[in-house]
Amino acid sequence: MNPHRRQLLGWGAAAAGAALAPGLRLIELAQARSPQEAASKLQRWGLLIDITKCTDCDVCVTACHEENGVSGHGRPATDAQWIRKVSLRDKRTGYAQTLPLMCQHCEDPPCVDVCPTGASFRRDDGIVLVDKHTCIGCRYCVMACPYGARSVVHEAVSGQKAGVPRGKGTVESCTLCVHRVDRGQTPACVEACNRDGGKAMAFGDLNDPAAEIHRRLKSEPSSQVRADLALNTGVRYQGL
Amino acid sequence: MARVHYREIEGGSGGYYALLGALAALIFAGLVAAWTMEHEGHYVTGMSNRIVWGTPHVFAVFLIVAASGALNVASIASVFGRDLYKPLARLSGLLAVTLLAGGLAVLVLDLGRPDRLIVAMTHYNFKSIFAWNIFLYTGFFAVVGVYMWTLFERRLNLYSKGVGLVALLWRLVLTTGTGSIFGFLVAREPYDSALLAPLFIVMSFSFGLAIFVLVLMAACGWTGRALGEVVLKRLRELLGVFVATVLYFVAVHHLTNLYIARQHDLERFFLWEGGVYPALFWFGQVLIGGLLPLLLLFGTASRRALAAAALCVILGGLAQLYVLIIGGQAYPQRIFPDKEVSSSFFDGVVAAYAPSLPEVALGAGGVALALALTAVALKVLPFLPRSLADGDVGGSTA
Amino acid sequence: MMRIAAGIVVAALMAAGCADAEEKRARRIALPVFKIEKGGTCVAPIEEMRRDHMTMLLHQRDRTVRQGLREPRNSLGNCIECHASRETGSVLGKEGFCASCHAYASVSIDCFECHTPLRRQRTAARP
Repeated sequence: MNPHRRQLLGWGAAAAGAALAPGLRLIELAQARSPQEAASKLQRWGLLIDITKCTDCDVCVTACHEENGVSGHGRPATDAQWIRKVSLRDKRTGYAQTLPLMCQHCEDPPCVDVCPTGASFRRDDGIVLVDKHTCIGCRYCVMACPYGARSVVHEAVSGQKAGVPRGKGTVESCTLCVHRVDRGQTPACVEACNRDGGKAMAFGDLNDPAAEIHRRLKSEPSSQVRADLALNTGVRYQGL
Repeated sequence: MARVHYREIEGGSGGYYALLGALAALIFAGLVAAWTMEHEGHYVTGMSNRIVWGTPHVFAVFLIVAASGALNVASIASVFGRDLYKPLARLSGLLAVTLLAGGLAVLVLDLGRPDRLIVAMTHYNFKSIFAWNIFLYTGFFAVVGVYMWTLFERRLNLYSKGVGLVALLWRLVLTTGTGSIFGFLVAREPYDSALLAPLFIVMSFSFGLAIFVLVLMAACGWTGRALGEVVLKRLRELLGVFVATVLYFVAVHHLTNLYIARQHDLERFFLWEGGVYPALFWFGQVLIGGLLPLLLLFGTASRRALAAAALCVILGGLAQLYVLIIGGQAYPQRIFPDKEVSSSFFDGVVAAYAPSLPEVALGAGGVALALALTAVALKVLPFLPRSLADGDVGGSTA
Repeated sequence: MMRIAAGIVVAALMAAGCADAEEKRARRIALPVFKIEKGGTCVAPIEEMRRDHMTMLLHQRDRTVRQGLREPRNSLGNCIECHASRETGSVLGKEGFCASCHAYASVSIDCFECHTPLRRQRTAARP
């Protein structure tokens, strides 16, 4: 798609969003790719999370696990979590914060480096995924992830959601709701946060000058978790 | 030097079959454990989303590390030309192969999808140390196989030095690879050190030789072969040096961390506050696996002391790998420095872990597999010299 | 390998074989059930589907997962939409389209360890 058209559509979508209801963004994306169009290197999907707006709620977590069919067996140590709320307290000042943490969709993901079969991979548009067809369940990626973002499916799964395969013995993590993104929707956590939560999360193409996320990252301070590792994460935080 | 005469072990006694039966039972238990873990899923084990590598990996890494170390005796004979070790070279090569087979069996059977082993053989990501290791391990079998051929076949004996050198270099790279599985993990402070590669190499020297000594003493004892003091003295001193070297590397690793402020929490955990891990470190790894063997090896000259020292080295080695592998995961990842972290996903807390029966059974099954393969191979091919009495071994360097 | 071998076996069983042997076999072994409730034609001729459906799925799977190409034609979801039983909504189960033939051919299916075997009927029916 040519960039000019993208931009126009982006503005159109923004206008439509603004017209629908202020603050309620039903349409975040310019447009869905057509099914015949491969994920492109020109894009880099990401999240911007303003944790000053992040409240004690966990609608992002609930929405994610509902959307992706991530259900537990009442065994916290082995149940999968694709996204979790983390509470922070400064060791010296006691300053408390809370934020959602999930796969950070790094540009140089350690999980992808270590995967022996290449099952852990980064799609051209920056989404880090596990190809469960070639995952042998060695869990080396879990060892390598600096964010503790990955889970091992510890027992048989049934009742999977149609677009979200999950199965015993393989590793999984946040997919940035790739099945929704490919349809032109925003990830479930972002949608829920903006509908029922603190409106702290934004989703978009980090490379697209017309995207809100791009503009905010350009004009406002933001940070990466474990920036010292220089992984260039796709998920950025504000107020951290 | 007098020609060494090798002979298969008799292998017909009740004791031999009792040994094989016991090992077969352990292997069977390991297979049942693997089947259970694969069928039910890994929740039946002590492993979790925070401790993804558990007891099976302690055993597997131990066996793999020991495998490369077991080859040392052969290397000393072939590459460094020490005649005294020549009669021991075949057994050394055999143990290298069987221990690796046992370790790999454990590693593979613990996979979440062991049925997809073929995928691991057909899809490679060459940036992954695991992928390199797949080649290093299979290559090791091939290289040691050829090496043993040059040891067995008289016409090929002259090549044994060259092939032995390749095998030595291969095993050094292999253990570097095993150590780097952990050493390259930037995400976890307890690993993330280039020191782990050489540490694993000296660990392999020590663990491999300890197993070699025990197997040699048992095989000679049970088959009525003479085992002279000359050989034992040499092995005793060698093991002592290796044990001391391991202690040195461990000390350097900890001292480095103690010096660096951001690693202080880590050291407090592993040396003092971390519950079972400091206990295993001080009592298992340092005392039983280090100081006690040194005392036994250099303090006395008795055979029992040597056997006890070798056993201590093995136990200490298992403790060391338990602390490294499981303790390294139990220690919380530092995602947000300077913050106290809490979540429903066990962030900021020490992850709980207790070995489960299936894990221990699988690990012990791997050990049993290695020993059973060794016992069978000793019966099938002439790995052991007829005598290792003082007069029968190359005394020139004794 | 397994899949190709199995494909050849199935194709051989379907296409060839003398009537006698087939009758005998039919008496001994439960034959697969082909109840395709939704009319129309498949994405390729039946012979081709019987022989190559696994290759088509494999190809599509890599395109979808790796490149994000979600062409519906050869997708597993598209198979399930047509071939799921009307009663159970599934391609598995005793008379399930996938399960019964795979049981007959004695080839295990790995798809449904992770993928749902159910048709998306409810979401489709939603206005």
